[in-house]
Amino acid sequence: MNRLLAATLLSLVSSPVLACDAVQLGTIEVEQAWSRASIGTSRPGVVYLTIRNAGTEDDALVSIDTPISGMPMLHETVVTDGIASMPHAMEVPVPADATVALEPGGYHGMLMDLTQVLKEGESFPVTLTFRNAGEVTVPVSVQGVGATDAGCSENNG
Amino acid sequence: MKRRTLLQAGALSTGAVVFMLGLGWWQSRHSDEAPSGTLPLPIDRMSFALTDQHGDTVEAADWLGQPTMVFFGFTWCPDICPTTLSAISDWLEELGPDADHLNTVLISVDPERDTPEVLGDYLSNFDDRITGLTGTLPQIEQAAADFRATFRKVQSEDNYTMDHTAGVFLFNADGRFANIIDHHEDPRYAVPKIRRVLE
Repeated sequence: MNRLLAATLLSLVSSPVLACDAVQLGTIEVEQAWSRASIGTSRPGVVYLTIRNAGTEDDALVSIDTPISGMPMLHETVVTDGIASMPHAMEVPVPADATVALEPGGYHGMLMDLTQVLKEGESFPVTLTFRNAGEVTVPVSVQGVGATDAGCSENNG
Repeated sequence: MKRRTLLQAGALSTGAVVFMLGLGWWQSRHSDEAPSGTLPLPIDRMSFALTDQHGDTVEAADWLGQPTMVFFGFTWCPDICPTTLSAISDWLEELGPDADHLNTVLISVDPERDTPEVLGDYLSNFDDRITGLTGTLPQIEQAAADFRATFRKVQSEDNYTMDHTAGVFLFNADGRFANIIDHHEDPRYAVPKIRRVLE
């Protein structure tokens, strides 16, 4: 089992293009999971992705986990009266028949205590836990430090 | 339907419109008066002195004679700071050599973590025309006061983050405040705003 897991992780690392493909979990579809290369490990990393709920019931992303972070959390950048702040998000609502993006300047996964440097072109797994749909692990492709999107050639959402 | 995204975009653009209308009203009413507490001081009346990523001292007067674009941030945050720096790098690239004589400046609100060396290392990933400034906490407080900007340390369990003014300030070459670019602003509107201070 562990060998299978290791093989899976290795294949993720060598196939960053997978991040552009959708990963299905029941009526939930996750795609375009990406991150930015880190400068060392002292700053937190980030995770962005797109979630589509094709079902008829509301759901919510309640937590994220990844082996490359000691403390992964959901955060949201909000700008109120011209002041940017970054509060912890208890969950990201994923309403029925809706698409929700964790994207620059909004909701994002904040990866505190990185255990390794995130290098452009590599990939790492993130496990998403939804309140109703359960867990799914998706590959996250690492883009450049200044990237603003997943770098997928076409938006298949 | 990207319902939430649409809602957010709607709320943000409504907020931006209301803000800019308010700014227009303020400017038209007070254009001949000295700025009060709302908008940045003209650069020639600012009194900050900070240190750039090369270790050199930068004072407000150094910017006069060229248009200036200034924003506040810090290099530790994973989301909005690289996003803003990427946007600004894109604007500079679109402006090309026209932006060579624009003072483009990031003022760190996190002097504990952002030493000149850290700023230089971080900024090397973005357009090389962006200058990073840092200093002691009182020096940063003086700069924020000059720009009528605010920042605040937010402590969590074993880390902290910074809340800070998100807009990008534009000044004419003579130091007069010109405009603010909202951090979510469409580049189609941001670049023309910068062009106006470059003329």
